Amino acid sequence: MRLLEKLRSAWRTLNAPSRHFSLIFLTLGGFIAGLIFWGAFNTVLEATNTEVFCTSCHEMEDNVFAELKRTIHYSNRSGVRATCPDCHVPHQWTNKIARKMEASKEVWGKVFGTINTREKFLDKRRDMAEHEWARLKANDSLECRNCHNYNAMDITRQSPRAAVIHERNLLNGNKTCIDCHKGIAYQLPDMAGVPQG
Amino acid sequence: MKPITVVAFIAVLVVGVLLGRSCSPQQPAAQVASVGSIAPPPRLQLKPSLDAMRRDADLLAEPVALPLARVQNTDVRRARNYPMQPPTIPHAIDGYQVDQNANRCMLCHSQSNAARFQAPPVSVTHYMDRDGQILAEISPRRYFCEQCHVVQTDAVPLVANTFVGADDILTSTPASGKKE
Repeated sequence: MRLLEKLRSAWRTLNAPSRHFSLIFLTLGGFIAGLIFWGAFNTVLEATNTEVFCTSCHEMEDNVFAELKRTIHYSNRSGVRATCPDCHVPHQWTNKIARKMEASKEVWGKVFGTINTREKFLDKRRDMAEHEWARLKANDSLECRNCHNYNAMDITRQSPRAAVIHERNLLNGNKTCIDCHKGIAYQLPDMAGVPQG
Repeated sequence: MKPITVVAFIAVLVVGVLLGRSCSPQQPAAQVASVGSIAPPPRLQLKPSLDAMRRDADLLAEPVALPLARVQNTDVRRARNYPMQPPTIPHAIDGYQVDQNANRCMLCHSQSNAARFQAPPVSVTHYMDRDGQILAEISPRRYFCEQCHVVQTDAVPLVANTFVGADDILTSTPASGKKE
């Protein structure tokens, strides 16, 4: 009962009009506080969306990042580089926040060392890869298409083999990028039973 | 200096050069011509050198590195040079994973997927184990494609190659010493 009384008085204080501060002070103050909060929030959000942040954990640095370094998405003739969040975090704000909330599970994994050795990582690799394949399959390989737009592809400049396959499978939407390009940036886990291509 | 000394000096020089030339080793290409019916390929313009891999650079000098060769990516199948030769790969295979977990080559070249990707399927011998049993998937002893099948680059050969294929031997003119 005593607790309920306290809560009720607190609510009365909050609900009452301000006695000491002017309306303009409260409005402007709230606005500025909002700006500061939003700026800080976005800064932290972007800071966690960088290659440096991702590879600050040895789980990423020693396993997937080491493998990425040998692929065309890291080093190529034109010097365009895809960093971790370009492919693994949606670019649109709402989806980005949703993915960031999902990432809290990765924090859990980090704290409890789910993949903190190479052996644990290899054991869990198929699971983690399947999550990414499912995600990219569900959003029609959106993160690939952020850069690789089919309408901008000049298939006459692809190798004849690639042109035929792209025309037959990608043009009509039968397949999406990830159906054939699994393991484009990493080594594949044991692929037994996984349909490829 | 007397004129006779100069003449003698020159004479010794000339004799020395002639002797030296007759003793120098012949190029191995000359031996191939003696096989008989085969028309020898046109002689390649390679300087005799102790080490052709050094591209005739002076021993104490570092030769300039050749530019990296590019893998031919034409997708045009090449003829075999001899029966049973593993066909060469006519496309780039950068980053293809062939290990315990996955075999990128077999994505297109397996018997079951070949039609879908319009790739030449590997022959049925590649599905057989050593007892001749045909397996459902590629035989473990044939698993590592690059042991036999390799890409070709646009690199200029460093040493001459006088290889003549069996077909060329069979269809070449008989041993009359005449050339095409």
